Amino acid sequence: MTLTTTTRNLPAAPRLPRLLAGVPRDRAAGLTEHLALHGRPPLGEPGDRDRPDRLVDRIERSGLTGRGGAGFPTGRKLRSVLDGRGTPVVVANGAEGEPGSAKDHLLLSRVPHLVLDGISLAACAVGADEAYLAVHRTDTAVLAVLGQALAERRQAGLDPVPIRLAGIPGRYVSSEQSAIVQYLNKGPAMPTFAPPRPHERGVHGRPTVVNNVETLCHLALIARHGDVWFRQAGTPGAPGTTLVTVSGAVGRPGVYEIEMGAPVGHVVTLAGGLVERAGAILVGGYFGTWIPADTAWFTPLTHADLRAIGGAMGAGIIIVLPESSCGLAETARVVRYLAEETAGQCGPCVRGLPELSNELVTLAYSGGRGRTLARVEQLVELVEGRGACKHPDGAANLVRSALKTFAQDVYWHDDDRPCTGLERPPLLPLPDDQARDWEFR
Amino acid sequence: MRYRLRVNPITCEAHGMCAELLGEIIDLDPWGYPILGSDAVPPDLVGHAERAVVSCPTLALILDRSSHARARA
Repeated sequence: MTLTTTTRNLPAAPRLPRLLAGVPRDRAAGLTEHLALHGRPPLGEPGDRDRPDRLVDRIERSGLTGRGGAGFPTGRKLRSVLDGRGTPVVVANGAEGEPGSAKDHLLLSRVPHLVLDGISLAACAVGADEAYLAVHRTDTAVLAVLGQALAERRQAGLDPVPIRLAGIPGRYVSSEQSAIVQYLNKGPAMPTFAPPRPHERGVHGRPTVVNNVETLCHLALIARHGDVWFRQAGTPGAPGTTLVTVSGAVGRPGVYEIEMGAPVGHVVTLAGGLVERAGAILVGGYFGTWIPADTAWFTPLTHADLRAIGGAMGAGIIIVLPESSCGLAETARVVRYLAEETAGQCGPCVRGLPELSNELVTLAYSGGRGRTLARVEQLVELVEGRGACKHPDGAANLVRSALKTFAQDVYWHDDDRPCTGLERPPLLPLPDDQARDWEFR
Repeated sequence: MRYRLRVNPITCEAHGMCAELLGEIIDLDPWGYPILGSDAVPPDLVGHAERAVVSCPTLALILDRSSHARARA
């Protein structure tokens, strides 16, 4: 009896999935299909008395944060260009640089119209007269899907502000927002020194807001259903749903939509559960941290909860490392990749990351002879916070978490003893050398 | 007035002039790039800091002035 009464007073569980509702398995949803599912984006009629920046108020109330990695409040970001000097420019970032992430690619290739709705709505809300969608230029399949989707929308008169596709270089640091802005300004796709930041002086010197494509999909749904609806999922401090990419020792690796605040263990279970004993979980991708599996299991996926244990949520990447793998060797491979992916601009990053990578490779594969560990620790201190962008900080974070989470292995390796984990094939995903785009322009 | 030092790591080419002229605040790392001990410049070192700024061959050292009343931008 009592139980029934209590249940009735509880808010209804939110309906999931939201972004991934009706996602086709192997093709892009066309415009008719998209409109039948979600309805037309509420862009307002010409001469509408309703001020378009009402959407900015609504996004602020929704508590939506950026889904590209930094987790900055989206409403505040839109507000900053609304209050800036000059007509704003909207840039959608669909250049997914993290090898462990697949969510942006999934949205662009399966539900392109949801992404484009978000761009149009954001552009109208801040009064922009130019909008760009940046994707990797090597991703010709996605470029073709988007070209076709834009043509369908032109016929339907759906994008009041024209959206231009920008194929940008596929380098790791090229998807950083200031790098995209510099590329759109006809420069190399490399991060720039701040200030000025894009919201102050961005594309063509105008206030520019750069949003991740997943963030814009959430915005497109909040515009339709409201901020109260958005907050029905997630936690009061971290509302809504988010996409995560799960890989490693799980049954069904892939992209999943979860409520913010779901524990890592729940997400692993969604992805088919563990297929062998887990040692550690890499949360947040190559800018994230290694967390011991038993600690990670109950940690809620929010920026605040992960920060509290020294981690980062990043773009929602979760990679499960089996206990029998060598976390140190995995980290060494990734740091070597990050060293190759420096923009080559800032001395401490250009000099420090290759040295850090060499020492880690020595430590993991040949043994440290008792002196490599101290050198690794010293290099981590030397590179952190010393670049124009956060590239060296990300590498430093990852290595520091590896030294802590794999502390026992580290002493073992530094003392020159063999490690059976090295016999396993590498686990962490890295782009194929042949498929890599090496240019910045 | 409050004075803060910054290095533009993109333009810095490790000439090391700043550490020469402002050793009280600036150290060099093993590769010759400056490490700032603190970004706040005490009043008695402002003259030295200004000299270091104009002596940098790549103009990578920046001295920001802000009055106490204004919030840090």
